[in-house]
Amino acid sequence: MLLLALDTATPAVTVALHDGTDVVASSSQVDARRHGELLLPAVDRVLAAAGAKLDAVTGIVVGTGPGPYTGLRVGLMTADTFGLALGVPVHGVCTLDGLAYAADMTKGPFVVATDARRKEVYWATYADSRTRLTGPAVDRPADIAERVAGLPAVGAGALLYPDTFPDVHEPEHVSAAALASLAAAKLAAGEELDEPRPLYLRRPDAQVPKNYKVVTPK
Amino acid sequence: MADEPLVLGIETSCDETGVGIVRGTTLLADAVASSVDEHARFGGVVPEVASRAHLEAMVPTIDRALKEAGITARDLDGVAVTAGPGLAGALLVGVSAAKAYAYALGKPLYGVNHLASHICVDQLEHGPLPEPTMALLVSGGHSSLLLSSDITSDVRPMGATIDDAAGEAFDKIARVLDLGFPGGPVIDRYAREGDPAAIAFPRGLSGPRDPAYDFSFSGLKTSVARWIEARRAAGEEVPVRDVAASFQEAVVDVLTRKAVRACKDEGVDHLMIGGGVAANSRLRALAQERCEAAGIRLRVPRPKLCTDNGAMVAALGAEMVARNRSASDWDLSADSSLPVTDPHVPGNGHGHDHDHVHEVSKENLYP
Ligand SMILES: [Zn+2]
Repeated sequence: MLLLALDTATPAVTVALHDGTDVVASSSQVDARRHGELLLPAVDRVLAAAGAKLDAVTGIVVGTGPGPYTGLRVGLMTADTFGLALGVPVHGVCTLDGLAYAADMTKGPFVVATDARRKEVYWATYADSRTRLTGPAVDRPADIAERVAGLPAVGAGALLYPDTFPDVHEPEHVSAAALASLAAAKLAAGEELDEPRPLYLRRPDAQVPKNYKVVTPK
Repeated sequence: MADEPLVLGIETSCDETGVGIVRGTTLLADAVASSVDEHARFGGVVPEVASRAHLEAMVPTIDRALKEAGITARDLDGVAVTAGPGLAGALLVGVSAAKAYAYALGKPLYGVNHLASHICVDQLEHGPLPEPTMALLVSGGHSSLLLSSDITSDVRPMGATIDDAAGEAFDKIARVLDLGFPGGPVIDRYAREGDPAAIAFPRGLSGPRDPAYDFSFSGLKTSVARWIEARRAAGEEVPVRDVAASFQEAVVDVLTRKAVRACKDEGVDHLMIGGGVAANSRLRALAQERCEAAGIRLRVPRPKLCTDNGAMVAALGAEMVARNRSASDWDLSADSSLPVTDPHVPGNGHGHDHDHVHEVSKENLYP
């Protein structure tokens, strides 16, 4: 087994290669505005570092978000197209699940939150590193404060809103290494992985124009 | 000819997911998935809706193009993609797909200019472009006059719209007349039964001191809307066919007059017209008439090649391969305002990064 994992649902552009037992190479860069430029060179670097051949990859693992859409789509489109060109399956993993898995929290429940912009967070709660209890959802931190009160929190979204999330744990961003490890563990256990479809959680912003604007001066 | 470059092109600058395959100047496949219906109720293209649709449609559209062309991806000599200009988020979906596809197949990647592609597509219809060629590009997103002596390296802007694109004006007037979106085809249809001389709408930027090759459609738009509103305010019926015909005449009169003048001034004896508005029947007819009178040869591709599609991107990509233009780097970005003077986005000059990457990829797949 050789899994190529990537995630662009958060400010991190992250890539990893996993041989079914261990992560053999990985790369993470944090740059919220350059997902499109950074991802392919990172894949190239990770393959080179592992001395691996792309056609040896047996599956692609991609973070499905939720996350800011433009960046999120870079990873999903790249994964889809790799799958097409290489003829290998493409598996989706919720990005928040990757963060939960990486957090290495010994006890639950806990909450994972990432930045959803517009003063909102993407969040989910977990019983343990492998078991999601609720979510993913997108909300204003103040609106969920009661529901997450007393829970330790993980992720950059939690760091942004200390009033709602006073007890924040590492890591800040998801890593493809964690995503790949989670996917490998699930595959080994015979669990189903998700479809590689984006978790947008919001409808597209689009105003239906009212009747055309009258231009005749009154 | 079998030794001509076989190139796949990907286009996602607006609301069409286009994947085309060409061999040199021969069209092999032109697969397009459009999200236009999803935008219709908004009266215009909604960028996020377009981007979501591109992600969904890309892999099936690539598959369809390969089947249509009857080739396998490994036979390709390159992958081309629209790097700009266009909607930033939409472009990025296509660029991401093209990079992953080229990388996985070990093929060179060519990020190309959407406007130059609109010109180059005519090679698939009428053979190699004459050099130089004057091009009039008119669509919902652009209205420009361009002069090219080599479509892979030299595209010179002669003039452009200073406000709205011609296609936008069609959409707006169709909305004022309650004819729906997009406006181009429906205005064309109504205009056929109307009198183009019924109402004297203004011809923008046509005075002796106005810039000779620039366009303006905002004033025309306003003038037509006011005319309609005045009729409605007076409780009179709006003569939809005459309004459509007179409005359309005002647009195509200015477009063709300026294009023919640019040809004469520059001593160019070929004019090509591309972009979605080039599908307009009156624009085609009037351009033909005026070009004939001026001794200019007119080249307009069939309507399906005028609107946004992947074949035009593949056509320009094939020309890049044929003329040995350098491939783009793996960090190619989508550039929503890529200047028309950049027909493609070459690698950063050192080349060694790129070559190295390609060597690695080739070795990866073809040991
Ligand atoms: Zn176009």
